[in-house]
Amino acid sequence: MQTHARKLLVIIAEAALEKGLIHDARAFGAHGYTLYDVRGGGDRGDREASWEADRSIEMKVICDAAVAERLASHVLATYAPNYAVTLFVTDVGIFRPQKF
Amino acid sequence: MDPVVLFFILGVIARLARSDLRLPEALYEALSIYLLLAIGIKGGVELAQQPIGAVLPQAMAAMTLGAAIPFLLFPVLFKLGKLPRADSAAIAAHYGSVSVVTFAVASSFLLKNDITSESYMPLLVALMEAPGLVAGILLARIGGARRISWGPLTHEVLFGKSVLLLLGGLAIGAIAGPQGIKPIEPLFIGLFKGVLALFLLEMGLVAGGRLPDLKRAGAFLVVFGLAAPLVLGTLGAFVGHLIGLSLGGTALLATLAASASYIAAPTAMRIAVPEANPALSIGVSLGVTFPFNITIGIPLYLELARWIGG
Repeated sequence: MQTHARKLLVIIAEAALEKGLIHDARAFGAHGYTLYDVRGGGDRGDREASWEADRSIEMKVICDAAVAERLASHVLATYAPNYAVTLFVTDVGIFRPQKF
Repeated sequence: MDPVVLFFILGVIARLARSDLRLPEALYEALSIYLLLAIGIKGGVELAQQPIGAVLPQAMAAMTLGAAIPFLLFPVLFKLGKLPRADSAAIAAHYGSVSVVTFAVASSFLLKNDITSESYMPLLVALMEAPGLVAGILLARIGGARRISWGPLTHEVLFGKSVLLLLGGLAIGAIAGPQGIKPIEPLFIGLFKGVLALFLLEMGLVAGGRLPDLKRAGAFLVVFGLAAPLVLGTLGAFVGHLIGLSLGGTALLATLAASASYIAAPTAMRIAVPEANPALSIGVSLGVTFPFNITIGIPLYLELARWIGG
């Protein structure tokens, strides 16, 4: 079956950024996103999701390379200096090009 | 000691002993929704039996108190503690806002000692959530270049779960009245203390987990976390006495003034003052002031209210 090349951008961040990230993903041209509640730790301490201010999310966005680039640059510039943010991008193959 | 406080201590011990005890997040969420609604409903039922206009002076005084607290604390943190402006303002905002769970423990303490309080106290809790946060944000932004987008922030505070559920509960209680509330009374009134105990077990686990933050925060913040509630509790007791609250009401207002928010404030501060380090504000409010208030502070504020009133 034929696949089409896209980028998968994964953003792991404090839950306080959820609304902002969803808004940004849409605004920069992503067609959709998937969110999970996650736990983890890093330079800024452990985030165990046990109460409101301790929650983290993982957001997955499948989009074309240009959108992934713009969105990632925006997240790095806007949120990364002051918030716990991890992001990475990887290549994926999708089946329905019109959807992403 | 009130058994609910013993649940809290059990949680702290479990955490410090690195026990694998962990309450599911969904349960924490459910318990906190329950507590906020139950406090609101109980207040609403009693509030329905008196004219709302009569409460206006007390409501204004409580909101002014909440807004004034950050202005009192900010210079101490900024000048004396030499903390950055953003951190000083964020910590001050946590204390300006209130802790609903501390209020619940204080109410349960009064009940145990057969001391009544004004029925509108839960309304004051809801009203005191926001002014301190706004004051803290203003303090963080004085002289700063960054503009504040008040829209999303106002939405976050007014429609955040704590204010929404407290005011919602008050409205439900007031509209339904004592008779209407009867069918749901066993859940929301009868089970209250047990749920509070379970919630405090979780709070013990959370507060215990904040203790490593305190090492980073340093001795100044630990002393601040113990001294601030004493000073603010005294201030709250005086204000309560001045606006004519009963003994129980004065003790509750002292508790509210002394308490530091950890539901509404951290979220609002992350959005409005992102450069502030949340480990400091949460570490001191949840790791020091919250445990101090529910174990030593509340009985002390009651004695203070007695002394001022007598």
